[in-house]
Amino acid sequence: MTIVKDRLKSATAAPTRAARLNPLIVLVVGAAIIVALTYTLPPFRTYQLATVGAYLCVTAGLTVLTGLNGQLSLGHGALMATGAYTLALWQNKFNLLAVGIVVAILVTTAVGAVIGLAAARLRGPYLAGLTLAVAVVVPSITSTFDETFNSDQGLSVILNPPPESMTVEQWQAWLCWGAALITVFALTILTRGRFGRDMRAVRDDETAARLAGISVARTQVSAFVVSAACAGLAGALFAVIAQSVSPGAFPLTLSLFLLMAIVIGGLGRLTGALIGALLLVALPAIAHEIGESAGSQRLEGNLALTFFGVVLVVVMLAAPGGLASLRIPFRRFRTKKH
Amino acid sequence: MKRTATVLVAAVLLAAAGCSNSGNGSGTSSADTPGVTDTEIVVGTHMPLTGPAAAGYSKIAPATKAYFDYVNANGGIHGRKITYKIMDDGYNPANTQQVVRQLVLQDKVFAILNGLGTPTHSGVLDFLKTNRVPDLFVASGSRSWNQPDKYPGTFGFNPDYTVEGKILATHVKEKFAGKKVCFLGQDDDFGRDSLAGIEKVLGPVAAKQTYVTSNPNVGPQMGALKAAACEVVMLATVPGFTALSIGTGAKIGFKPQYVVSNVGSDPTTLAKTLGPAAGLLEGVVAANYLPLANDSANPWIQLYTKVNSQYNNNAEMDNNVVYGMSVAYLFVQALQSAGKDLTRDGIIAAVQKGGFTGPGLVPVRYSATDHSGYGGEQLTTIEGGQAKYFGKAFRTDDKDAAVEVYESSPAAPPANGIPAA
Amino acid sequence: MDRFLFLTFDGLSRGAVYAAFALALVLIWRAARIVNFAQGAMAVATAYVAYSVADATGSYWLGFIVALVAGLLLGAGVERVVMRFVDHSSPLNGVVVALGLVLIIQGVLGMVYGNEFRPATAPFSRDGFDVGGIALLSNYDLFVFGAVGAVVVLLTLLFTRTPTGLRMRAAAFAPDVSRLLGVPVGGMLTLGWALAAAVGSLAGMLVIPTELGLHPTAMDIVFISAFTAAVVGGLDSPIGSVLGGLIVGLLLSYISGYLGATVAPMAVLALLVVVLLGRPDGLFSRSAKARTA
Repeated sequence: MTIVKDRLKSATAAPTRAARLNPLIVLVVGAAIIVALTYTLPPFRTYQLATVGAYLCVTAGLTVLTGLNGQLSLGHGALMATGAYTLALWQNKFNLLAVGIVVAILVTTAVGAVIGLAAARLRGPYLAGLTLAVAVVVPSITSTFDETFNSDQGLSVILNPPPESMTVEQWQAWLCWGAALITVFALTILTRGRFGRDMRAVRDDETAARLAGISVARTQVSAFVVSAACAGLAGALFAVIAQSVSPGAFPLTLSLFLLMAIVIGGLGRLTGALIGALLLVALPAIAHEIGESAGSQRLEGNLALTFFGVVLVVVMLAAPGGLASLRIPFRRFRTKKH
Repeated sequence: MKRTATVLVAAVLLAAAGCSNSGNGSGTSSADTPGVTDTEIVVGTHMPLTGPAAAGYSKIAPATKAYFDYVNANGGIHGRKITYKIMDDGYNPANTQQVVRQLVLQDKVFAILNGLGTPTHSGVLDFLKTNRVPDLFVASGSRSWNQPDKYPGTFGFNPDYTVEGKILATHVKEKFAGKKVCFLGQDDDFGRDSLAGIEKVLGPVAAKQTYVTSNPNVGPQMGALKAAACEVVMLATVPGFTALSIGTGAKIGFKPQYVVSNVGSDPTTLAKTLGPAAGLLEGVVAANYLPLANDSANPWIQLYTKVNSQYNNNAEMDNNVVYGMSVAYLFVQALQSAGKDLTRDGIIAAVQKGGFTGPGLVPVRYSATDHSGYGGEQLTTIEGGQAKYFGKAFRTDDKDAAVEVYESSPAAPPANGIPAA
Repeated sequence: MDRFLFLTFDGLSRGAVYAAFALALVLIWRAARIVNFAQGAMAVATAYVAYSVADATGSYWLGFIVALVAGLLLGAGVERVVMRFVDHSSPLNGVVVALGLVLIIQGVLGMVYGNEFRPATAPFSRDGFDVGGIALLSNYDLFVFGAVGAVVVLLTLLFTRTPTGLRMRAAAFAPDVSRLLGVPVGGMLTLGWALAAAVGSLAGMLVIPTELGLHPTAMDIVFISAFTAAVVGGLDSPIGSVLGGLIVGLLLSYISGYLGATVAPMAVLALLVVVLLGRPDGLFSRSAKARTA
């Protein structure tokens, strides 16, 4: 019982200790780095950078849900699809991107609340199984209501061209990272406050939390809703980057990859979410290069898949708190000295 | 938090460093044409090499590449050798987005050639237009490729599914008059365009069903067609689902006359997928517009067989190989026509100029106002496991024009197998 | 009426496969309190091996036996090498590790065999034979019923009539007491995993020829249906899982037949939600509070 929780606890001890530094600084520094990168990277790398930003939105939200609150969701791929389709339908009707993104977040939040209400009553494998069923229902919905969602072919997204002064890829990177930095900033503020304390308390011991006057169900539903909003934002951004949405963009593997990203990055740490988002883009790209140089089509996608799987198993066996938790002894030592 | 910030900065820089060393930079000056040097032309494509639509289709791009290798070995085009980059999108529109960006932004291809699939390719039209990338000979019969005003760089290759639907339906109307005709199609523009053509000739069908490639179970659809007592079933299906539908039908004791779209009708692929049940294919009616792979007396097939044995590891000859090489032949013709000073605008102008003669039973229709590919088809039937042509080639349009016989016979290939300038 | 009868038999045939698969999930749950999310991928892996053997030797039945043996070995291996070392304090950990195994298995299968669908032949004709003018059942369906029935009978005999079965039940329900009484608890756990994986392999061999064929992700959807079946029946109840499988099979058949194939996954989700929220211990389970275990 104890080892994991100790690790999780320690892994998430960082925010309280770090509360002295202003997250605004991270926000500003992060923005500066991104702007600099968009002017130095070639277009395809800028496009990939934008993708990392979009992934960061959802991995940051999931980190809060799973790492801080102890709930597992395999359904966030479907929530991303909700955001993406909402944005596509909105754009094709009104073509007002800023409002569209907000609407996408709101709709996904509402859907997330429904799933969260059910999820709050379930634990462990039951929760995993239910959210897994949510993950695979996307193509079913898009082909059943094919007049709205156009089945497997999906929808294209109407977008105004970016301002003259920048390339499409730069604009995409700014948009995605703007959203990602705001998300991370908001989550940092949120988790450092009372909400964060409640979530950790619920994760560590539900009965104790209840005795302390924390509403377990409400905390869990709130955590789910917050992470759903993040997933909706990420989905909307993916719709913008790809200028299209289709069910194939949100397969079961996506949900598994997201889980992998937060587990490897370190459960409950927003830095971990960034590492995870980077890996989600970098590993398949590297695997593609390896596959190409080896002249083997079969290697390409499968190499990344296998690697993700191996890392997931090894990390869970060796350090269930994620890679970041491996530094725990050092931090604990320092914490004690204070 | 300091550590967090440091990690953040380090991670981003690391990513940037890791990224930029493998990128090929943005050094190309705007005066140059991307993907073209004095010695090389780089062209890319997206194909389903894996996934539910890969059956048969995965053989197309290697055949195209084999023909390019044959041309390259004979000196190339205006001294340039063709490099063909084949990307697997698994027939998943989301993957297509990804791989086409990679081809255009990272690999800097001159053009996208023969990108396969209606749902997949529809999603990249805008991207290719924005980046002014020629989008030649799309491997699909959707009418979307023929929009010269909206997508000036996009050209089709296959006969439109509506044209095909009209031709197949005309045969059904004559041969199976009074029979109950039903339809099973892919739930996208492929299925919709086919059905539109069929209903232009036959009027409303008795029953229609759709499938999606992400759900490999057509039991309910075939059950519904059986329940509707259909006697003729017209299929707008990719090969894997043609086989699945016919096999599933047999399982429930439902064996109507099948009339199949060209894109889902290669008998070699179907027989392989059906395995021991391949006998069900006997009598299936389909259509084609290129010489059939088993017609060894045809000079084009002789040429392709030679190229196939020399440059394609002697892959099993089927209609997908014929298709892939015919695409390559047409592209080489267009390159020859565009001349030595190759630019993106130049190749588009060359294709629009038209006047190509090749293996097709009917001509391609390219002009400044028409970007659609082949304009007709001839019917085939399967006998003894082999497809063979019967009757005459037909032409029509995607509107209300009548289906009419096309009399001219196709040209013979040049002696060395490579089109002249 | 013809159509209703056809859909009923078709649903029972598919339901039998779900039942076998759900049974495999229940076996592991009872032994180790883990829902094996890698069950589908493991079954596909053994099916690939089986068809490789069948192709090489020309004998489907040799391949079939190899699939079951490979299932036994793979199940034992997964328990011995991986699952034994999972920290079970949080139910999350087992799930995440199993999902990691899914990625590994699917990736390796893709590298070895490629990601194209490989046609998988059935050992018996799938053409339905006429019963009173309607094609209801094929020889293949009869084979499915026979194979699943045999498994249920054999497992029942094993658990109720043999000393090994008794030890397995003891090790699962009271590991500490069993250990004191000299039952090799670890060995029983391995045996449980091996048996469950073999049953999963059987289910895979039965269902794969009825779809597009072999593919690394061929069992993903089947897994979810089977998980639903296990939940409907109660994760603790073997008999419940068999009934649950048949219920899910029938439901999916009727829904697909009357409302369309695309509606089926939504029906599975709806059923899962209703059962989990309304009767979380399953329709046939006797033990309480299983869902929070």
